[in-house]
Amino acid sequence: MFEKTLTDLIRGIRTNKKNEQKYIAACLQEIRQEVRSNDPDVKAVAISKLTYVCSLQMLGYDMSWASFHVVEVMSSAKFLQKRTGYLAATQSFRQDTDVLMLTTNLLKKDLASGNHLEVGVALNGLAHIVTPDLARDLCQDLVSMLNHSRPYVRKKVVLVLYKLFLKFPEALRLSFPRLKEKLEDPDPSVVCAVVNVICELARKNPKNYLSLAPQLFHILNTSSNNWMLIKIIKLFGALTPLEPRLAKKLLPPITQHIQQTHAMSLLYECIHTVITGGMLNLGGNSDSLAAMCVNKLRTFLEDTDQNLKYVGLLALAKILPTHPRLVSEHRDIILRCIDDPDISIRLRALDLVVGMVNKRNCTDIVKRLMAHLLPSSNSDPTANYSPPSTLLEPAYRADIINRIIYICSQNSYSNITNFEWYIAVLVDLTYVSGVKVGEMLAQQIMDVGVRVKSARQYCVKIMQRLISDKNLLENCKLSDSNAEVLYAAAWISGEYCSFLENPVETIEFLIQPGVTKLSHNVQAVYVHAVLKIYAYWANSLVYNWDDDAKQELIQITAKLKDKVGMFSSCTDLEVQERAYNIREIFSIIHQDLINEENNLKEGNDYSSQKAPAIIAELPPLFFFYELNPVAPKAQKKVPIPEGLDLDAWINEPLPESENNESEEEEESYGYGYGQTFGGSGDLIFSNGNGATVGRRRVRKNGRKNGYESEDNEELREKVYVTIYSVLFGN
Amino acid sequence: MIKSVLIFNNHGKPRITKFYQQIDIGTQQALIQEIFSLVSKRPDTVCNFLEGSQMLGGKDTRVIYRHYATLYFVFVVDDCESELGILDLIQVFVESLDKCFENVCELDLIFHFDEVHHILAEVISGGMVLETNITEIVHAFSESNKLKKRSGTMATIAGSGAGAVARDLGANLANTVTTTLQSTLQNTVSATFSNFRRTTGFNS
Repeated sequence: MFEKTLTDLIRGIRTNKKNEQKYIAACLQEIRQEVRSNDPDVKAVAISKLTYVCSLQMLGYDMSWASFHVVEVMSSAKFLQKRTGYLAATQSFRQDTDVLMLTTNLLKKDLASGNHLEVGVALNGLAHIVTPDLARDLCQDLVSMLNHSRPYVRKKVVLVLYKLFLKFPEALRLSFPRLKEKLEDPDPSVVCAVVNVICELARKNPKNYLSLAPQLFHILNTSSNNWMLIKIIKLFGALTPLEPRLAKKLLPPITQHIQQTHAMSLLYECIHTVITGGMLNLGGNSDSLAAMCVNKLRTFLEDTDQNLKYVGLLALAKILPTHPRLVSEHRDIILRCIDDPDISIRLRALDLVVGMVNKRNCTDIVKRLMAHLLPSSNSDPTANYSPPSTLLEPAYRADIINRIIYICSQNSYSNITNFEWYIAVLVDLTYVSGVKVGEMLAQQIMDVGVRVKSARQYCVKIMQRLISDKNLLENCKLSDSNAEVLYAAAWISGEYCSFLENPVETIEFLIQPGVTKLSHNVQAVYVHAVLKIYAYWANSLVYNWDDDAKQELIQITAKLKDKVGMFSSCTDLEVQERAYNIREIFSIIHQDLINEENNLKEGNDYSSQKAPAIIAELPPLFFFYELNPVAPKAQKKVPIPEGLDLDAWINEPLPESENNESEEEEESYGYGYGQTFGGSGDLIFSNGNGATVGRRRVRKNGRKNGYESEDNEELREKVYVTIYSVLFGN
Repeated sequence: MIKSVLIFNNHGKPRITKFYQQIDIGTQQALIQEIFSLVSKRPDTVCNFLEGSQMLGGKDTRVIYRHYATLYFVFVVDDCESELGILDLIQVFVESLDKCFENVCELDLIFHFDEVHHILAEVISGGMVLETNITEIVHAFSESNKLKKRSGTMATIAGSGAGAVARDLGANLANTVTTTLQSTLQNTVSATFSNFRRTTGFNS
């Protein structure tokens, strides 16, 4: 005997830690020789070693080449070798292992063995390796073994049958009556096995197992095996939705278990089934039952065992939708779980908290959640412990912020009573979040700013803080920067600039050095906001027009004209275009003001008492209509005015002669197409002339209004064209 | 159903791997590594449920584990199983090992991986729970051990308990490791055992 034993091999691997792989390779070489040996002992040991190496060395060795030798060892007469062979088979055989075809008779023989341990080994092996063919061939043998004299065999047969059903569904029909009988087996382990199997079967198709309810109910009332009771109660949880009468019948025994059991696992499963099985919706005294469940769950949360806390929170989350009042009675302890060091528990508690929020507790809960984002050192400088590492995890922080925003914004902000407070929260989040959530915050700020008129003034005020924040600008390139909120800040400042205390100052912040580091979409809003605020401010000067005002206007306009140039070198086309447009507008205005100044010096002071008309013309472009939130379905609610025929021509189609050139094209689109959409405009658009028509119209409209001064009119037209391109990007 | 039973040590070295569903070897190894990386980060004071691993196969899969001394016992199960029930089941399995090996330690699992499989087979068969009564489990195991001896000794695999193995190893280091492992694991077992009595009662 020179072969290594299994112990030798394991010891060898442990002593050859440095060149483990080489050692194993050498051993595998030996094993290859040994499995071919004529000595069954050597062969069995070789298979045992091979199983060890392949299932535990994590090196991805494949042992399928040895499958035939595994079968040889399985068929050994010695129990020890047989067991080794079966173990190797369970660890290595796949559904497509070809030697499985050879095992049918071997299995038949082993299942019929007089030794119950051999039968047990064969049954356990079969549970792993069963294929549709094996299932078909062995089905009858197994069904007859349900009456085996030893419970040890019977319980194993029951479980193997389930694996057979999966591969060969016909077997279920053949064996179900016998299986059902086994629910009354004298041995509790056998009954337990049957319950396990039915539980698995009912999971897929509960309806078919309703007929077993009386027997299962009997077991529920008499058994003391907690594992089985858990399974039965889970099973009933799946059956009650199909048969409401069952729920009523189950209530007394389940209530009894809830009140009396000391096994937390059983208690939990009872409560869980009461909740998920719909037993709380029965009327009668179901409210007291719900209260009892919730009170029991409270003891879970109070327990020091973290596992109980975790499942307790899970169950509370399930009862929350139907009994929010009952759950929020225990708000204190749930909120305590938010601060638990265990992140799994904290997340589950957060789930609950999100569901518990209402108008009254919203501020309080948000405050607690915000506390998680703040560095803990502030709270107590004497305590010298580091915060739990999870608090610093970006994913966790992002989750908290998501939840805060969800809590506050759900149901159209129904939980918010004070919007100024919410805006302040959003701004605070900008600073404490520690993760990149700027886009989300910006979206919220804008949403609230636009929708809530009463909070606008405050909103504009607090946005100035963001815009003027040098740090935000400085760090905008960092991965956790929330500089994206400046998008909202600039937009709100621009749109609601009438609330600005000092518009010029705001404009200066918008063009301060460093803003070109911001992301392009933020820059685009910045450029636009500069023009909007300028338009508002310049117009406000008109009311107190004097020389000082004029000088200030000239000075600021000149400055802006220069400054907005920095945006024009942006690589983003949108920003670039906007920058060129507004620079052009500023230089037109500036030129206008200078011209006037020169006129004045030359003594033609006919216009000195009046502000230039162009300044009064700017604001209506931006502020003529107030921006109002409109529900997506609002348009549908507007009734069509009486007498309006949407299908009638607005303009009669152009006469044939004028339309010659486009006739062919029109035909290719199909005549009906043009007609349904109606209007000559549409036809011209489809010929690609839309832009010209549009512009000509603008010009005409401009003329119609009529102006005295020729200069002014030319200027006006220039502005219109420019503005037109700003608005329509042409 | 139970999808797999894994035992690995504090360094992620697998001691027992049992998959009740057919998974190819590469995925098995990736799975073990993934679970180890998740589990090893968790201190012993947190709960024993893992959630949110993509690889584990979706929402209805849960990882339930217990940590004893140097070993993690990990059960991957679907939502047909009770979370607390499985925790108790792990305890039943560990206690059974402790009885079969007389103060079980990691070395027992290393040198008797086959026997551990046979004990596991008395607890779980093809992913279904077979027996939760420790006495029954230990009885079945010792019965087959007797038969094993009768059917001709293979001195190679035989060897009773860690003591014998440690002596075989001959190295002092191994000896000390064994004894410390023994005492710690035993301590944990008995410590959790009392806890177990309180929270469960499969065998009451």
